Amino acid sequence: MTSIATEAPPLAESRPSRHAMRIKRRRRALPYLLLAPSLLLLAGFTYWPIVRVVWDSLHDRILGQTASQFVGLGNYASLFSDQAFLKAVINNLVYAVGTVPLSMALALLFALALQRSTRANAILRALLLFPSMVPLVAAASLFFFIFLPGVGLFDYYLAKIGLRGANWLGDPDIALWSLIGITVWKNAGYYMLFYLAGLQTLPGDVLEAATIDGANAWQRLRHVIVPLLAPTTAFVLVIALINVLTQVDHVIVLTKGGPSNSTKLVLYYIFEQAHENFAAGKAAAASVLSVAFLLAMSVASLKTMERGAHAAS
Amino acid sequence: MRRASLIITGLMLILAFFWSTPFLWTLVASFRPDSAIGMASLVPNYKPTWANFAEALDAGDFAIYYLNTAIVAFGILAVQIVTISLAGYAFARLTFPGRELIFYVFLLQLMLVPPILIVPNLRTIVDLGLYGSLLGVMAPYFASAFGTFLMRQTFRQIPRDFEEASVIDGAHWWQTLWHVLLPMAKPGLIAFSLVSLMAHWNEFLWPLMVLNEPRTQTLTIGLATFALGSEGGKEWGVLAAGTLLVMFPLLALFAVFQRQFVNSFMFSGLKG
Repeated sequence: MTSIATEAPPLAESRPSRHAMRIKRRRRALPYLLLAPSLLLLAGFTYWPIVRVVWDSLHDRILGQTASQFVGLGNYASLFSDQAFLKAVINNLVYAVGTVPLSMALALLFALALQRSTRANAILRALLLFPSMVPLVAAASLFFFIFLPGVGLFDYYLAKIGLRGANWLGDPDIALWSLIGITVWKNAGYYMLFYLAGLQTLPGDVLEAATIDGANAWQRLRHVIVPLLAPTTAFVLVIALINVLTQVDHVIVLTKGGPSNSTKLVLYYIFEQAHENFAAGKAAAASVLSVAFLLAMSVASLKTMERGAHAAS
Repeated sequence: MRRASLIITGLMLILAFFWSTPFLWTLVASFRPDSAIGMASLVPNYKPTWANFAEALDAGDFAIYYLNTAIVAFGILAVQIVTISLAGYAFARLTFPGRELIFYVFLLQLMLVPPILIVPNLRTIVDLGLYGSLLGVMAPYFASAFGTFLMRQTFRQIPRDFEEASVIDGAHWWQTLWHVLLPMAKPGLIAFSLVSLMAHWNEFLWPLMVLNEPRTQTLTIGLATFALGSEGGKEWGVLAAGTLLVMFPLLALFAVFQRQFVNSFMFSGLKG
């Protein structure tokens, strides 16, 4: 009833009072006023920096001059002729291939094993989840000792079963894999949560039908569960890829990109160029490429993200 | 069937044990009195001591680190709750031209996560005169796309009847938001708070770039400095104790809010 009264046809309001007009205008402005704080902040710390970093990547400061000069793609050229950057890109790819499929597969396995809500499973889930709760820096400082050659936790127990350890963080052939190990350990439990949620949404009758049709556990997993979990997998994949590109705390604490650039990841390279070498142009160019990668990925997965945002309830 | 599930539980028990060894070691090592000898052992074959904790507290300015970290994490959260409630309300309850477009402007921020923009954001922070300050660490996180979506969803699930009653009583939109919607949105707010607090309690790279003096450092920076400093000294018990000190508030929070934690994490995905 009330809505009819307020939404009177325009003709009836032949001469709207000034007061009514003001109220109407204010009501029309309200949504934008509510969004303004967030939009201003998003503009200032997400969109403006992108514009700025693109601009920076096309300019460089010539030694001895205060103003920067347009250098075209010069920064990109010097970026791609920098062996350390190319190595960082390759390392990041290896790091992605090493961490993403393994941690996702483990996550699915954990979720399948612990999907029934029993008391024991609740505790086991918490234990597996725990690594993802602590700061990556704290995890790294623990692994500092665990990976210590000879006396660390790893080598100590390997020696007990008659195996010789390695120089986990000091050997250029092994160091990146050690970091991959930390990342899988840290993230698998986190991704497990998404699969646990995904498993709860599976239609029980489909699984039952497959069982009646004589499908064994592996066939059910391969042909029923995994395909039905595809949306979850897509969502987790996006998160995992973002993590691959944005988390380098353990590199900073444990290896500083070494030995001989073997653990240098792209974001660490950016951090190093900006923070330690003061090579702003190269840092900007590498940032632009990372942003472009994330943008490409977000366009590809906009649907997934939207679903994730909608599922947020 | 029953036997199979017992076997699975048994296997997972073994796996969870291996998964937990780093924490187990930290716990055992932090109470170990004599450094160096048998440091790697997981067996607590000693008389426990608080000495490592005392030394860790002594060596680092943990009190200041805790305070700074708390200021950063709770400061960000306080501002975020205001921004996400307002924006979430607008998306959930109001229709206006450009809503779709603005929604996508928010959506994209889920992907363009701040760590990737550290270089230009640091310049902005310098321009704003916030370099070296805790406010500089906090500023880029004051708006949260994830939080906005969460509030939007939470508000949407509240039946409109409640608001209509208060509107008929002549309440303004902010009164409705404050007295009707926000109290009912508590689960969403708690979930968001947990994720946001955890994300910023744990953050390292950005504060490392913005903060330049010992008295403004956060816990993660303090711990990293500490870990790197003890490299030569081999004071592993002290390092273990220090790590435990950093993790302790999270442990406590996890113990209290375990259920909400798991739930909020499940739908967080992208961190606050």
